[in-house]
Amino acid sequence: MADLPRLRTEDLTASFGDRPAVKQASLAFPANTLTAIIGPSGCGKSTFLRCLNRLHELSRHATVRGRVLLDDADIYEPDTDPVSVRRRIGMVFQHPNPFPTMSIFDNVAAGLRVNGRLSRADTAVAVERALRSAALWDEVKDRLRASALGLSGGQQQRLCIARAIAPAPDVLLLDEPTSALDPIATQSIEELVQELKRDFTVVMVTHNMQQAARVSDFTAFFYLGELVEHDATTRMFTAPGEARTEAYITGRFG
Amino acid sequence: MSRTARRRALSHAMTGLTMLAALLALLPLFAIFADLVIKGASSINWAFFVEIPPAAGATGGGVANAIVGTLLVVGWGSLIGLPVGIGAGVYLAEYPQTAFARVVRFLADVLNGTPSVIAGIFVWTWVVRPMGHFSGFSGGLSLAVLMLPMVARTTEEMVRLVPHSLREAALALGYPRWRTTLQVMVRTAWPGILTGGLVAVARIAGETAPLLFTALGNLNFKTDLMQPMQTLSLQIYVFATSPFEAWHRLAWGAALVLMAMVLTIGLAARYVTRSRFTRG
Repeated sequence: MADLPRLRTEDLTASFGDRPAVKQASLAFPANTLTAIIGPSGCGKSTFLRCLNRLHELSRHATVRGRVLLDDADIYEPDTDPVSVRRRIGMVFQHPNPFPTMSIFDNVAAGLRVNGRLSRADTAVAVERALRSAALWDEVKDRLRASALGLSGGQQQRLCIARAIAPAPDVLLLDEPTSALDPIATQSIEELVQELKRDFTVVMVTHNMQQAARVSDFTAFFYLGELVEHDATTRMFTAPGEARTEAYITGRFG
Repeated sequence: MSRTARRRALSHAMTGLTMLAALLALLPLFAIFADLVIKGASSINWAFFVEIPPAAGATGGGVANAIVGTLLVVGWGSLIGLPVGIGAGVYLAEYPQTAFARVVRFLADVLNGTPSVIAGIFVWTWVVRPMGHFSGFSGGLSLAVLMLPMVARTTEEMVRLVPHSLREAALALGYPRWRTTLQVMVRTAWPGILTGGLVAVARIAGETAPLLFTALGNLNFKTDLMQPMQTLSLQIYVFATSPFEAWHRLAWGAALVLMAMVLTIGLAARYVTRSRFTRG
């Protein structure tokens, strides 16, 4: 089971106008594993991530070539609706972005409601499950109807994780989820992320190499838009195959 | 004097200057308000609200026709101006780069800077003349014309103030484009949109020039929008320029009532847009 790639890319090239940000990246994400994508700023790691749920194409002059296969079906097929892709691939962003007009409960229920009709009781059950999975339930259970903006930054980010996992996607994308958080909030998100891979295939962009080493099963290193190396995290950080990888993870550039 | 002391003195001086400027800006407002209360309050009694104006030169009477007329004409104008203006503004904010949006935005800016009397002449040409008579209906249309660019542009600004990250959050959850626009972008901007809309309503409630060519005015009590119709602004204009003392007094009272209406709209805007959350 763990060897079967849930999601994989084939020769994925993503550009802004005629400037490629990601060049022919082929990468596989096995089910129920956590892959960290590392690399210096501007190396294309976030762009790569945003290709996986078809968010990149919404940027101005953005183009995508190559294939992204979710359970062996290309999500870039002409007759595939990006909206249905995004319902199967959840995403959490760098800065917590709860909906300010919605309560804590409604934030988590948002993805469920847009997905289809659930009864009131089923929605409540799913919201509680998502909040428990995001390790936030105990902190918010008495104020589910309060504004999500009253939460701390770390709580807001866990709320965003709960919102992303509530519709039970297959894949969870995390775009530097802790870079706007303090060390304590970061630690709780890291612990949470490791729990999440039991239920989801997780892809996490991070510019924090210690974080990648701590939480991931696999690591992919991007440099100047190119996928330099991809391997089990333990091997990447002990015996990298490429000189550039070694230079980056030992802090000699980047 | 040491450098810090000099900087502190300069800071105090500047703070004082800005306070003075704020005071000067508010002074006319308070002066007008005080003047209206002093001169207008004495004209206001029960008859003022339920009777129509007295014949020229006679005393007593009221401006019931103008109060009801204002509500009808402004209401009718807002009924067209608010939804169309908000819709246009949402379009401008959501498709900002299209050629059509650029043209609409430019025209809205031009229209915003056009004297309001032009809106009256425009509606007179295209509605009043073909219909063959003045009417509250055409008056409301001229107010809607005035309102549209104001509402469209403030709506656009309000929607564009919503952080891009919220749009991405919605799209990443699998929201279709239209739901992202309505349930996230517009909903988040809604208090601002509503405030902008109500400011526009308050603004057109005081308009006189476009109504001279459209609603015309009417000394009798009318609720039929197809008839010439009185509004408070028209009543003030006609009575204030008349030679009769009783009409002058009614004009002061009408001005006070109009101001109170605008104030009420402003307070309503604040009430409607208050946060539904108590900060927890």
